[in-house]
Amino acid sequence: MGPQAEYFDHLARGQFRIQRCDDCASAVFYPRTHCPECGGGLSWVEPAGTGVVYSATIIRQAPERGGDYGVALIDLAEGVRMMARIIDCAPEDVRIGMPVSYAGIGSNADTILYRPGDAT
Amino acid sequence: MTENLRGKVAIAGVGQAGLGKAEGFTELEILAQAAHAAVADAGLQMRDIDGLATASVLAPMWAMPVIEYLGIKPAFIDSTMLGGSSFVAHLMPAIHALTSGECNAVLVCYGSTQRTSSVSRKVIAGVRRDFDPQPYEYPYEPLNPLSTYAMAAARHMHEYGTTRENLADVVVAARAWARLNPEAQRRDPLTREEVLAAKMVSDPLSALDCCMVNDGAAAFVLVRADHARDLPNPAIHVLGNATRVFARQGSSLPSLTETAAVASGQEAFRMAGVSPSEIDVAEVYDAFSINTILFLEDLGFCPKGEGGRFVADGGIAPGGRLPVNTNGGGLSCIHPGMYGAFIMIEAVRQLRGTCGDRQVAGAELALVHGNGGTLSSQSTAILGTASAV
Ligand SMILES: [Zn+2]
Repeated sequence: MGPQAEYFDHLARGQFRIQRCDDCASAVFYPRTHCPECGGGLSWVEPAGTGVVYSATIIRQAPERGGDYGVALIDLAEGVRMMARIIDCAPEDVRIGMPVSYAGIGSNADTILYRPGDAT
Repeated sequence: MTENLRGKVAIAGVGQAGLGKAEGFTELEILAQAAHAAVADAGLQMRDIDGLATASVLAPMWAMPVIEYLGIKPAFIDSTMLGGSSFVAHLMPAIHALTSGECNAVLVCYGSTQRTSSVSRKVIAGVRRDFDPQPYEYPYEPLNPLSTYAMAAARHMHEYGTTRENLADVVVAARAWARLNPEAQRRDPLTREEVLAAKMVSDPLSALDCCMVNDGAAAFVLVRADHARDLPNPAIHVLGNATRVFARQGSSLPSLTETAAVASGQEAFRMAGVSPSEIDVAEVYDAFSINTILFLEDLGFCPKGEGGRFVADGGIAPGGRLPVNTNGGGLSCIHPGMYGAFIMIEAVRQLRGTCGDRQVAGAELALVHGNGGTLSSQSTAILGTASAV
């Protein structure tokens, strides 16, 4: 199984994992075969679960097509950035720089959810 | 050592076709019309073309049908696909091929009928999902490419205090230039207030912060400078070119407010031996209003974070501090999927002095900046008249 399949396999089992370089200790996201910083090997680690909103947008869509929804980029405490969905917060209330914490995995087991606040 | 190649190659001919709606025509057909127009403008015959650079949004083996359709047998073929910047990025490989003697005349060409095509953009998005997977972004359903540019705009506002009014002033300036260009697709008067009142699509970008979706084809011909001197039109020399890519996806880019255009711009200016203050006219790829602000900063026309103030209140409109996107840009002139070849043509026309009402008086040095993907690829070119060489 390649790292992409492993990542989604983790999600299917309810586990959010990122990678860490065995050589230079860089956190790596999205999952790869080798560290993009140094070429070293990578191991799976459980992230601390905290992050900060780097940026966000609201996609405007008619109610009959599902209505507005938000997309955000989160800077994880480990130093990597990822796209994510923010829950428990109206898209209009998402602020850049806002602390967020891990809130689980989306229902299709292919998205990561965060909610406002420091508490995990 | 690329400065050895400074000015060694020139653009001898340009052509366009199918601008706006090319109802009933295929992409290859309008591409061929633009290609023949460019070759004729260069004072050449299609049989003189022995180098080709082209790219397609849809077809991965695009160079081959283009060669077949045009009936050419090129010795040099480049079909590097970096999104909209491709046709600026095609310059340097063509310069190497021409100066080494691998070939003598390179046709750079593009055509798209995405406006009138029977293949909907929804179908294309579905195919791309399978053939060009981004499994760490697609599940969140960003409205890409727009949403990545929207997040760049939001971040720029957060870091530097840029406002929606600044973004609107980019759109209004593009429209003011378009009103001077008979080829521009959007020529109605437009105010800042109208841009601010437009329907939001992906915050903070509204429908009017986004480029158009048109049909169109564009082509230009590159030859060695000594050859160009014997051809009918004034030679427009390529003084510098550089291309940089740091990542494909917005979520993987090191920054959404400082792009690889910093690196491509520095190298292109170094090769050309000129500085931003010497540029007479700038054509920067404005797929979205934030692009113009980002690239003016990244290319050194103003300090990082000052782009909003640089464009405010007509700063880049006719009569402003710097003529930018003088054809009306992707926002108001033309945007058929990939726009890089069209900014090359507008720069050539400005340097030839044939732009009519929108002509920048005495323009001798032009900057062209191509962008592709979601701020993913950046290619900068410096063009100049014979007197600038
Ligand atoms: Zn490493």
